[in-house]
Amino acid sequence: MTINWKWDMFFEAFPFILQGLGVTVGLTFACFLFALIFGFVWVFLRRIKFKPVNWLVTWIMEFIRSTPPLIQLFFIYYAWPMVPGIGVSLTSFESAIIGLGIHFSTYIGEVYRSGIEGVDKGQWEASTALNFSTRQKWTKIILPQAIPPTIPMLGNYLIIMFKEVPLASTIGVVGILSLAETYGTDNFRMLESYTIVALIFLALSYPSAILINKLEKKMNRRFDKKAALQDSKGAVV
Amino acid sequence: MVESVKESNSSNISNKNIKPIVEYKKVHKSFGDVEVLKGLDLNIFPGEKVALIGPSGSGKTTIIRMLMTLEQPTSGEIIVDGKNLWHMEKNGKLVPASEKHLREVRGDIGMVFQHFNLFPHMTILQNCMTAPVQVQKEDKESAKKRSIEMLEKVGLGDKLDNYPNQLSGGQKQRVAMARALVMRPKIMLFDEVTSALDPELVGEVLEVIRDIAKEGEMAMVLVTHEMDFALEVADRVIFLDDGVIAEEGKPSEVLEESNNERLQQFLYRFRS
Repeated sequence: MTINWKWDMFFEAFPFILQGLGVTVGLTFACFLFALIFGFVWVFLRRIKFKPVNWLVTWIMEFIRSTPPLIQLFFIYYAWPMVPGIGVSLTSFESAIIGLGIHFSTYIGEVYRSGIEGVDKGQWEASTALNFSTRQKWTKIILPQAIPPTIPMLGNYLIIMFKEVPLASTIGVVGILSLAETYGTDNFRMLESYTIVALIFLALSYPSAILINKLEKKMNRRFDKKAALQDSKGAVV
Repeated sequence: MVESVKESNSSNISNKNIKPIVEYKKVHKSFGDVEVLKGLDLNIFPGEKVALIGPSGSGKTTIIRMLMTLEQPTSGEIIVDGKNLWHMEKNGKLVPASEKHLREVRGDIGMVFQHFNLFPHMTILQNCMTAPVQVQKEDKESAKKRSIEMLEKVGLGDKLDNYPNQLSGGQKQRVAMARALVMRPKIMLFDEVTSALDPELVGEVLEVIRDIAKEGEMAMVLVTHEMDFALEVADRVIFLDDGVIAEEGKPSEVLEESNNERLQQFLYRFRS
């Protein structure tokens, strides 16, 4: 049995499937933005010291993380509109943003938390001693130190989300996967169609991963580098 | 012991009519089951330089951390410039202080830490001028000018645009002092500010404290292990032992003439 591969069909399918890239990438960034913002909500909800609230928030986060994102998408798109009183009917694109956005926000919230906990306790004490307001402590002192080290981790989540976005095709978001399906079934060319989808993902994910890797190395060196620069001038011991 | 100490306390202050700027009233502090302060009564007067000495765990750092609102007393009151620090009046009742109340009362207090706690993401100049601009709403130009002057005073006028990690420990601690001083506090707290430094860098930091002390108008509370320095700079030395003031008085009285056995034991370790 020889492999049934037709290059002419491959090159015909390619531009057709590529049309969906805008939607796929757009949805990725929309979900990511949603998750970035909502991640902060989790961080602040978890900092509420009132025990019942704390338990509730922890439990909800655990629940969201332990449920497959596909089920969450189905729930938001198909089941949520049926809930009397609070149910709202959303487009598939909106459902995907909210579903995947909330799912990943629980992970991104954890990333933020690790960044915040990585800031030395002395930084809080010094900002109290200088009488900064709670808001100023966060915006001027803590977050500017907590967020930069998390950027590589956030970048990794962006790539992971990019790879999860095809799930949205199940609720009717027409990205590259949906178009590949359409082309494949219409022309009986599944092999070429899905190969193209895989190649597009590879072409975007792999360079991004390399980029993030470099960024991470640069971040790690950031503070040391300033010191190293100074050392070379011989200004400081 | 504590009672007799209280009398000697006030006798040390030349003018009994001056109102204390800080009053500790029967302050207790426990961490879990461990009671580190057992009913502290202590007055600090405007401009007075007080050195707190004592073995580790004697509660000396806790005393100043409570004043900076970094630790909350288990019971008792701390009065700063006539205002209750940890409690406020609400509908005629005394209730635990809100963050807003704490901010109002602690505005006159500054602190320098053992581990400097400079802001690593800011230059030396930004470290100094951020708080005056953000907290005291001072004009940016004037805050900058005063910060530069202060950094020059501590001998770091050439390091304005450097980041903290480019400095030596002694330089960092001098920046930390400049940063606190720019806020023009009436009370400055020093928490073992030379303990984290290499021995050869201690001198430059003590030099700055000595200069600040000479200017006089600011009250200073120093938690320190530098006995000679305490002898030189302080108006009053307080020896804490096991959560109470075990001895206090003029530096020479406490460090050279006291018969307190625990104090003698403690000092013995510092005099080789």
